[in-house]
Amino acid sequence: MVKVTVDGIEVEVPPGSNVLQACEAAGKEIPRFCYHERLSVAGNCRMCLVEIEKAPPKPFASCAYPVADGMVVHTETPMVRAARRGVMEFLLINHPLDCPICDQGGECDLQDQALGYGMDHSRYAENKRAVKDKYLGPLVKTVMTRCIHCTRCIRFAAEVAGVPELGATSRGESMEVGTYVERALTTELSGNLIDICPVGALTSKPYAFIARSWELKKTDSIDVLDAIGANIRIDSRGPEVLRILPRVNDDVNEEWLADKSRFSLDGLKRRRLDACWVRRDGRLHRASWAEAFDAIAARLQGLPGARIGALAGNLADAESMLALKDLLASLGSFNLDCRQDGAAVDVSRRDFYTFNSGIAGVDEADALLLIGSNPRREAPLLNARIRKRWLAGRFPVAAIGPHGDLTYEVAWLGDSPRLLLDDAQAFGATLRAAKRPMLILGQGALARPDGDAVLAAAWRLAGAVGALADDWHGFNVLHTAAARVGALDLRFLPGPGGKDVAAMVGGGVDLLWLLGADEFDAARIPPDVFVVYQGHHGDRGAARADVILPGAAYTEKNATYVNTEGRVQRGFLAVNPPGEAREDWKILRAFSERIGRQLPYDDLGALRARLEQLNAVFGRPDILPRFGASDMTAPAGDPAAITDTPLRYAIADYYQTDPISRASPTMAECSALYTAPLATAAE
Amino acid sequence: MTDMHPADRGAAAEPASFAFDAESEAQIAALVAKYPPGRQASAVIGALYVAQGQMRRATGSAWLPRVAMDAVARRLSMPPIRVYEAATFYLMFNTRPIGRFHLQVCTTTPCWLRGSDAVVAACRAATGIGGWGETSEDGMFTMTEVECLGACVNAPVIQVNDDFYEDLDAEHTERLIAALRRGEPPAPGSMIGRQTSAPVGGPTTLTTLTPGTPGAAE
Repeated sequence: MVKVTVDGIEVEVPPGSNVLQACEAAGKEIPRFCYHERLSVAGNCRMCLVEIEKAPPKPFASCAYPVADGMVVHTETPMVRAARRGVMEFLLINHPLDCPICDQGGECDLQDQALGYGMDHSRYAENKRAVKDKYLGPLVKTVMTRCIHCTRCIRFAAEVAGVPELGATSRGESMEVGTYVERALTTELSGNLIDICPVGALTSKPYAFIARSWELKKTDSIDVLDAIGANIRIDSRGPEVLRILPRVNDDVNEEWLADKSRFSLDGLKRRRLDACWVRRDGRLHRASWAEAFDAIAARLQGLPGARIGALAGNLADAESMLALKDLLASLGSFNLDCRQDGAAVDVSRRDFYTFNSGIAGVDEADALLLIGSNPRREAPLLNARIRKRWLAGRFPVAAIGPHGDLTYEVAWLGDSPRLLLDDAQAFGATLRAAKRPMLILGQGALARPDGDAVLAAAWRLAGAVGALADDWHGFNVLHTAAARVGALDLRFLPGPGGKDVAAMVGGGVDLLWLLGADEFDAARIPPDVFVVYQGHHGDRGAARADVILPGAAYTEKNATYVNTEGRVQRGFLAVNPPGEAREDWKILRAFSERIGRQLPYDDLGALRARLEQLNAVFGRPDILPRFGASDMTAPAGDPAAITDTPLRYAIADYYQTDPISRASPTMAECSALYTAPLATAAE
Repeated sequence: MTDMHPADRGAAAEPASFAFDAESEAQIAALVAKYPPGRQASAVIGALYVAQGQMRRATGSAWLPRVAMDAVARRLSMPPIRVYEAATFYLMFNTRPIGRFHLQVCTTTPCWLRGSDAVVAACRAATGIGGWGETSEDGMFTMTEVECLGACVNAPVIQVNDDFYEDLDAEHTERLIAALRRGEPPAPGSMIGRQTSAPVGGPTTLTTLTPGTPGAAE
């Protein structure tokens, strides 16, 4: 550790830190525009100037100056203040005075720091520079005249997103930030450009002129549009969710958020189910809750438990799945399933179905094999982690599956899962040489008839190459559904003698309860099956339903989700469900009372106690202990049964994976722009 | 300069494709060989120059269409934007078509004091070009105002393509342009016949030394 004195406060920082970090450690706030702790250092805004004793008598850019032992730093001397004021004056020379019409207003670094270091007037009487706006795609709006050339966006695109498409062209007064060729950025992380831009040059296109930051109610929550469980902040005003931003959680999403999670929110206002509907004479009619419940109760009359089934969707929360499971149990049914894709799973141990290394564990891994997983589409934030690890060097990555651009170098081994059976072909030597080898098994490898065999083979390979050690668990399942791990933890799976998703959809039940289940072909349900759809969007499931019960979207309920790592996280209600819609567990609780099989919980606390009773992991939200592999026993499945059928990825179109993103015009635009050309090219 | 966006400039003249010819390939291979393997991107400036030279050979106009920059990016395995950045940063790269002869007129203080205004006026009169950055109607000349070319001793100076023409005045400038127009470019260097940057009218010092004696120039 290096000892540094900042304004008389002595701090110890790791060698190699910069002076700015030492100042932060001492609790001093250093103004900055270009410096960002997760990006490389550019040192070009000059706002973070400090004075250093026994160094040349000039201000130093603290972000780009390494600490030395015994260094004495001053951050509040007249020289420092005068220097920062000078920098600010230059920055403001060309920056327009359009704060009143700028979407960054109120949360703008330049605005805030101009308050501290700006002059009350400008000495610059000449014309300001004007810069033509750039096109960066349907998500990021540009007002390039406001750009102060901090180059954060350029570095983010090149380093984190892995799409070096942004750059600074020309020089001096004519320097412009852009793509030069006016093309949309090809990344699933473009929304983060809006967050890192310290001024209003890059703002959100869908959110343009919608609200001011101080009008918004901010609610902490968890994203459910992929299985990463990114920590988010929901900004709402009245009944509307207006914006979704990432929250910092270094173990999960760092401070990034993927575009689908950030921009699908306009789907929350479209195609919503806000009233009950009951099908009579082949047509859906609006109904009251009592009428809807009566219709279901009437159909349930005399139905044996074995003829009742339930499917949980990909966005379902743990509380409502538990309530549904308990409801079906009270009716004598074990026909439950959460795997609309029919993925193979072995729930005898938790590490057979979770991402055991942890998302942060990627930072420690030193070799990676992807099996039937395209993390760029399935979990862009995980992909950014992998890229970050790859950039740090000495991180060989190989993949079994169809080719794709993952933003880092990948050795493509082929697309037959049989490659897993042969170490030599499956990257075995590299993995074996690694200290912390990592395997990531995608849903594309499990959602196939021989999925259990692939699961067992992948586990066996992990064991053979040393990925299952006492202090390192390198076997990882990457889920695509936010509800999945929670459902598996709850055993929302066929019970003793219960039917699975294929059997239920294929006519194995007479009453099928869909809890937001939309990701299967509802046309396969025989016409005489009575379908109850409980959910928030009028999507595929609702179209087939005989009774529709309007539920709450993830922004509208206090709910628990378990991410692919097995991390239990809780989201909070930001806005109320629209119209007649209610929180899902309450709907189930109310219905249980209607049919005289009252569920034994009256409030969320009691329901969560029941969750914890069922599986202790629910009692430890946010905490995810790291663990090694203690037991080498493989999941059930015969590796020899793997067929030669090529692997396919679980997600073909990143932008349209669930009822919310399918209802979102913004996501539809992205899909048409990004996914459609890919599909054409593949043909 | 026009106020067109850099990407728009030359868009009309943008060729459909660009591929290095054998001569360029050989030059780029020699450039790339100077750097360690995997560091071939270091050759970007040289490679851009080669591409611009090929455009001069092929079309008479030494400029870099986007397809040529893309070809450099492919050849050096680097993202195209990194090539656009380099090409737009350096003034010796033209991102839009220019005339056959690029008149780069120095107007920095020493040249200005020595009469660059007259040189500029003569250029304008001889070529019919109105403003900086413009190309004459016949496509022969483009005039660019440049900062110090480092030949102040022989000011005022014009750089035509890669060659310096020094000690200019209005008359010499007109003559130079007429010669260029005829396709008979004069020898580069001083236009008043002085040897490199030696004093006008011959040496003024060390006049007594004769070749072969100690201290004399060989």
